Amino acid sequence: MLTEEEKEEIRKSLKDVVHKREAVSDALKVVQRHRGWISGELPEVAEMLGMSPAEVDSIATFYSLIFRRPVGKHVILLCDSFCCWIMGYREVFEHLSTRLGVGFGETTEDGQFTLLPVCCIGACGVAPAMMVDEELYGDLTPEKIDSILEDYK
Amino acid sequence: MTAGTERKPLTGAFRADGAAPTLGEYRKAGGYEGLRRALKEMKPGEVTKEVLASGLRGRGGAGFPTGKKWSFMPMGEKARHPKYYTCNADEMEPGSFKDRVLMEGNPHLLIEGMAIASYALEASTAVIFLRWAYHAARKRLERAIAEAYDGNFLGENIMGTDFSLRLHVHSSAGRYMCGEEATMMTALEGRRPFPRAKPPHLSVCGLWGKSTVNNNVETICNVPHIVKNGAAWYKGLSRTKEGGTKLYTMAGRVQRPGAWELPMGTTMRELLEEHAGGMREGYRFRAAIPGGASTEFVLKGHLDTKMDFDSMPESGSRLGTGTVVVLDDRTCPIGTTWSLMDFFSRESCGWCTPCREGLPWIARILEAIERGEGEPGDMDILREHCRDLGSGRTFCFLAPGAMEPLRSALRYFEDDFMRHIREKRCTYGRAGL
Ligand code: SF4
Repeated sequence: MLTEEEKEEIRKSLKDVVHKREAVSDALKVVQRHRGWISGELPEVAEMLGMSPAEVDSIATFYSLIFRRPVGKHVILLCDSFCCWIMGYREVFEHLSTRLGVGFGETTEDGQFTLLPVCCIGACGVAPAMMVDEELYGDLTPEKIDSILEDYK
Repeated sequence: MTAGTERKPLTGAFRADGAAPTLGEYRKAGGYEGLRRALKEMKPGEVTKEVLASGLRGRGGAGFPTGKKWSFMPMGEKARHPKYYTCNADEMEPGSFKDRVLMEGNPHLLIEGMAIASYALEASTAVIFLRWAYHAARKRLERAIAEAYDGNFLGENIMGTDFSLRLHVHSSAGRYMCGEEATMMTALEGRRPFPRAKPPHLSVCGLWGKSTVNNNVETICNVPHIVKNGAAWYKGLSRTKEGGTKLYTMAGRVQRPGAWELPMGTTMRELLEEHAGGMREGYRFRAAIPGGASTEFVLKGHLDTKMDFDSMPESGSRLGTGTVVVLDDRTCPIGTTWSLMDFFSRESCGWCTPCREGLPWIARILEAIERGEGEPGDMDILREHCRDLGSGRTFCFLAPGAMEPLRSALRYFEDDFMRHIREKRCTYGRAGL
């Protein structure tokens, strides 16, 4: 069941749009912000936007940043596109993966972090780069990664 | 016109501290004068003519003349209304970060450009389709939009004229496909974003079935200055026939990666040696991807080619987005190509078979070669794919675009491919070490 707060936020995202369904990705992001991922809320979201649940499902499964499985408290998006690759992506990935004890698509045992690959986050000037939640980190080295992870503990 | 924006219209009004100029600061630097001129002194058709005369070509990668694109829009009372104007800010091409620099550095410039374009096209609603990862840009744009509404540069009866415009930001949820303009319309309509068949052209049947024009962020940021200072001034900024400046960027193992606004037609050698400060200690230039992930590699011998849309084909590549990524001599070109193809295979929307099945196949072969499990026949399979996924074989440009770097990698790095296959190992150290 969507909470009143979630419903209110979804209604807010309808303010500027031409037709309600334009806000579908926003609405899914609202739910995700509150719950981490999208599970059984699709029919309610669909109803608010005048869409069918199947349609909302087809959107939720298309976008890479809409999660259909539980994620950890923080989501780490590690850029693996070719610019970061050239700048040492593999070393960064191996360090992160060893430190967290998880591979891509997995969540740490304590539920703190989920590690996901992402294509180019527009930080090529400071590659290799990653994003934790909404925060961007560039010029990554193993030491830097350690201190960033500390901040999120 | 302030001294800063005279030679550098896109970045001249950037603040030294990296913050976005407020509305007051933007206006002090001559901001919204272009909009004033358009609304008060020009008819919509005249604005389009000025943009056409300036020689501005689309900065999203394809380089289509902007004024010409605008001229396809049905105009006047007979045209169906409402009409829409969209800004492609879904920058997801690996290697590109120029639009983020512009939106974070001066959001009002984009808003003013969109208001002028919407006036020229008689659009009443404008949307910025923003990539999900650009959180800082979103916050700055939203603040600037609110300021522009307050200052009556957006909203009802702008500057006391008959022209009204609504503008909002739509932030996406992460799919490269949405950067293709017809797909973007589908995404904006809240549908699963597959590309659409054209015709009908977007100017006839675009967003919500209405006439729509879409431009890239950098393209739009040129418009206020063209309208304010005229087409002749704009042409004079360039070193070649193509008007204006270009926001070039360079990344890779260079001394100072970054973004620079320079005259259109600047060479890659200048970018590398003067602006990026040359290669980092211990690394040599091997090749570069000049304009985002879907352009062909260029080599040292191409460094003096002028970087504009017409000249770049001399190097066998394209200007694309003008965002250069340098490949050095110590990084494995096979691994780099694998990374490129892996990206495209993940981002395929799965609509057409050659793309859906072919790209993952290519990525798997490249991975095998990089891991030392390649077979002699692999090169032929890869070459066949370059043909089978080429132009005209698929519904949209994603797959043919992906074949551009692959085709050039097979040509330029053939020795490396063969050595990997022969010696059954990657002959480089680990990337980045
Ligand atoms: S070429 Fe690829 S991305 Fe484009 S429509 Fe076909 S399957 Fe989708």
